[in-house]
Amino acid sequence: MRNLHISTSVNGDQTEFVCAPDETLLDVLRNRLGLTGAKEGCGTGDCGACSVTLNGRLVCSCLVLGVEAEGAEIGTVEGLAMGDHLHPLQRNFIDHAALQCGICTPGILVAAKALLEKNPNPTDEEIRYWLAGNLCRCTGYDKIIKAVQIAAAEMRGA
Amino acid sequence: MALDSKMNRVFKVVGTRPPRPDGVEKVTGRAMYGADATAPGMLVGRILRSPHAHAIIKSIDVSAAEALKGVKAVVTAADFGVPDDLSIRDVQDNCMAQGKALYHGHAVAAVAANTAAIASQALKLIKVRYEVLPHVTDVDEAMRPGAPIVQEARALENVAAGFSENVTSQCEFGHGDLEVGFAKADKVIERSFTTAATHQGYIEPHACLASMSPDGKGDLWCCTQGQFQVRTLCAEIMGMDASQLRVTASEIGGGFGGKTTVFIEPVALALSRKSGRPVKIVMTRDEVFKATGPTVSSSMDVKIGMTNDGRITAAQAQLRYQGGAFPCGTVEMGAQSAFACYNLDAVHTVGWNVLTNRPKEAAYRAPGAPMAIYAVESVVDELCQELGLDPLNVRLKNASTKGTKSSYGPTFDDIGLRATLEAAKAHPHCSAPLGPNQGRGLSCGFWFNFGGNTCVSLNINTDGTVGITEGNPDIGGSRAAISQMAAEELGVPYDKVRTIIADTNSLGYNDVTDGSRVTFSVGLATIEAARNAIKVMCGRVAKIWGIDEDAVIWEDGCAKPSGANAGDFTPMSIEEIAAISSNTGGPIAGHFEVNADGAGVSFGVHLADVEVDPETGATKILRYTVFQDAGKAVHPDYVEGQMQGGAVQGIGWALNEEYIYGKDGLLQNAGFLDYRVPVASDLPNIETVILEIPNPGHPYGVRGVGETPIVPPLATLSNAVARAIGIRLFELPMSPPKLLKAIRQKG
Repeated sequence: MRNLHISTSVNGDQTEFVCAPDETLLDVLRNRLGLTGAKEGCGTGDCGACSVTLNGRLVCSCLVLGVEAEGAEIGTVEGLAMGDHLHPLQRNFIDHAALQCGICTPGILVAAKALLEKNPNPTDEEIRYWLAGNLCRCTGYDKIIKAVQIAAAEMRGA
Repeated sequence: MALDSKMNRVFKVVGTRPPRPDGVEKVTGRAMYGADATAPGMLVGRILRSPHAHAIIKSIDVSAAEALKGVKAVVTAADFGVPDDLSIRDVQDNCMAQGKALYHGHAVAAVAANTAAIASQALKLIKVRYEVLPHVTDVDEAMRPGAPIVQEARALENVAAGFSENVTSQCEFGHGDLEVGFAKADKVIERSFTTAATHQGYIEPHACLASMSPDGKGDLWCCTQGQFQVRTLCAEIMGMDASQLRVTASEIGGGFGGKTTVFIEPVALALSRKSGRPVKIVMTRDEVFKATGPTVSSSMDVKIGMTNDGRITAAQAQLRYQGGAFPCGTVEMGAQSAFACYNLDAVHTVGWNVLTNRPKEAAYRAPGAPMAIYAVESVVDELCQELGLDPLNVRLKNASTKGTKSSYGPTFDDIGLRATLEAAKAHPHCSAPLGPNQGRGLSCGFWFNFGGNTCVSLNINTDGTVGITEGNPDIGGSRAAISQMAAEELGVPYDKVRTIIADTNSLGYNDVTDGSRVTFSVGLATIEAARNAIKVMCGRVAKIWGIDEDAVIWEDGCAKPSGANAGDFTPMSIEEIAAISSNTGGPIAGHFEVNADGAGVSFGVHLADVEVDPETGATKILRYTVFQDAGKAVHPDYVEGQMQGGAVQGIGWALNEEYIYGKDGLLQNAGFLDYRVPVASDLPNIETVILEIPNPGHPYGVRGVGETPIVPPLATLSNAVARAIGIRLFELPMSPPKLLKAIRQKG
C-alpha cells in the first residue's frame, strides 16, 4: 500500500502529512505530527481517551482514518489553551482536582468543550450522558462533573 | 516516626487545596506518559500470544519471521536465562512462556521491526506447534483432586491433604474458641459466596521504551508504579548489574496495583539487546486484559453467630482464591482483613491460594480484602435483617477500637472505625426516605496500609527555594502533598517547592507506589529531610552569630535566636541563609532514608441507596456516601478523590465487571465494550466525609487513604439490593441478567 499525501488543518494550523491508507488519525497525530496529547486507551472507540474534533464534531480519532483528514479541520487538546492562557475548562480541572492520573483528561477536555459549544448551560445529567463515552478510572467522575459545571458558569459569564 | 507531640499544631499549608504542580502539563497534553516516548532509530516491538488456555509448546519456528524485510530481531524464551530467584523466574515465565503456555494470551515470542505493520506481519509468520492440554479456570474445580495441574510441584508443605496440586499455599488466622462462641449465639448464619476476577482497568495500557547498548548499559522508560522494582526484576532477568540499568518512570495513566510488576519490559530489553536498536512496546487493550494481572476470583464460606441484641459471638471464614497460573499470596490478606472491623472473642479464618489457567494475578487496590469483607458484611447484614436490628447500631456495638485484639493478631492503636460509624449515623443520608424498589445498604471496610523503603533528598537552592527528589511515581496528586509537607515544615510558601520523581540512578531504593504508602512514607521522609536541612541551616546561622547551635530555632522560614538568653540577633530568612551558603560551608541539603513502619490502619463506612428495576434487573445508584478516617488529610481534594475513585471501582466490581471464560478456557470479554467499567451516566455524585483521627506513627498524623475505599462498595450494594427487592445474591457481579433471573425465580 502506497502512502498518501494529506493536507489538513490542525488546531488552526495548515498541516501536511503522508500516511498509509489504513493508518488511524490517532496514529497520525501521535506518530507523524508529534501531538501526543490524544491517547490510545483501547483502539476500539470504547474509552474516549483519543477524542478530537473533526470539522467541529466530536470523534474518537482511533476510529477515523488519517486520510479522512483531507481538507478537514482537526481540533486536539493541544489547541485548547490560547498561548499561555488556559481554557476555563483546563484551569477549573486543575483548581477542582478533576484529574488524578490525567491520562483520560485530554479526551475529556476536548469532549467537554464540544458539549459546552452545543449546550452552554447543561444539567449534571446532560454532562454525565455526554461524557459517558469517556472512561475515567481514577476519579469516579464526581469532580469532573463539578469542574465542567464551574467552567460552564464561568464561560456564560454567570 | 511518632506523631509530633504538639498535637494542637495549626497547619498552614497542610490541609489546604493548592493546584497540583503537574496540573498544567496534564491538561494541555504535554505530560509524557508511557507510550509518548520516542528514541532515534526506534523499532516497534509486538508480542505473539498463546491462542490456548493450556498447551505444551513443542517448537517455535521463527525463521520466516526473521527473514521478513524490516524485521530486526525475534525473541523467544530461549533468549532468556534462568533467574535464581523463584519468584523472579515466575515473572520472567509470565513475560515469555517457558515450555508451556499457561493461559489464553500468554506470551510465546516477540518481534522488533521497523514499523508496526511489519511487526504484525512477522508475528503471523512465526510457527508454534502446540500440544493442547486440559485446562481449568474455576477455583473450586481447580482445587479438586484430579483437576488439570497448571504447574507441578509448586505446593507448599503446609497445605492440608485432600486437595489437588493446584493449591499452592494455605494460611490461618484467629483466636478464641469458636465452639463456645457459636453456642452463645441466638442466631447463626452460614453462607457461601463467589466473586469474579476484575481488572484494575487503568486507561493507559502498559508501554515501555528500552535501549540496550553494546557495552551492556541499558536505559528503560516505562509507565510503572515503581521504577526501582522494575530495575530489580529486569536486571535479574537480563543478567545485568542494577547500576547498569537506569529505569525512568514516565507519567503513569493509572495503576491501582496493576503496574507493580513487569510484563513487556524484559521483552523490550531483550529485543533491543538483540537488534542493537531502541525498542518500544505498547500493549493493546486486548493484551492488557488477557495478559496483565486482574485480581483474584474467589469462592468463600462465612459463618457468623449473633445474640438477639446484636453482639457477634463467633465468626469463621474459609477463603479460596485463584490467582492465575503462578503461586500468589493474596488470600493471606483476605484472611487477615475479613473480620478486622470487629472486636471478637472467637474468630478463625483459613485461606487457600490456587493455580488456574488464567493470567498471573497482580495487586489491585487493597488486594484480597474487598471480596472477603463483602462476604462477611453480607452475613452481618442478613443477621441484622433476621433479628430485626439496625445495621449501623450492630456495627457500632461490635466495632474494633483502640485496644481491640484484631482478628489477625496485632492490637489496634488509635483507629477511626467508631468515629466513622458515628459520622454515618449522624449524616442526613442515613435517614432520607426511600421509595418502592429502593433500598439502603451499608458496609464497613478496612485496609492495613504500608510504609516501606523510602528515600528523599531535599535541596535548598541558592535562592532559598526548595527542590525535592523522591522516587515514587505520582499517580493521583502526590507531588502536591509532598510539596505541601515540605513547605509546612520549612515554613516557606507552597509555590517555592518543586518535587520531582527521580530515575533509579538518581536516588536510593524506593518501594513501589502501593499499600497507600506514598503520602505517609514519602511524606514522613520529606518532613525528616526538611528537619535535617533545618538543622544544617541553624548550624550555619549559629556560627555566624557565634552562639550555640541549640540556641538557634527555626520558625516561619527563618532562623531565630531561641530566646532572650541566646542574644539579640535579627532573624535570618531561608533566602538569606541560602544566598551565602557558599561562604558558610557549601550547598545545603537534607536527606532521609528509612524503612518506615508505623503506617496507620484505615477504616471506612459506605452508605448507598439503590433502585432495582424489576423489568430489567438493572441497579441504579441513587445516592452514595463515603465516610473514611484519613488521618491528617494533607490535600483534602485528593483525599476525596481517592475515596470517590475507590468507591466507583468497587461499584463496578459489585454490579458489572467480570472476567468471563468459555468452556474452552478462552477469555470472552477482553475489551472495554464487554468488560463494563462504570461510566459517568451510571453514577450519582459520590459524597465524602473525611474524618481525621491522627495516626500515631506519622509526625503529622497521616494515614494512607487510597485502598480502603474499594473495600466497602461490594457489600454496600449487595445489602442495598437485598433490602430493595428482598432478594440477596451470594455472587458478584450483580449484573442485570443475574438479578433479573433471581427476580423471576422469586416470582
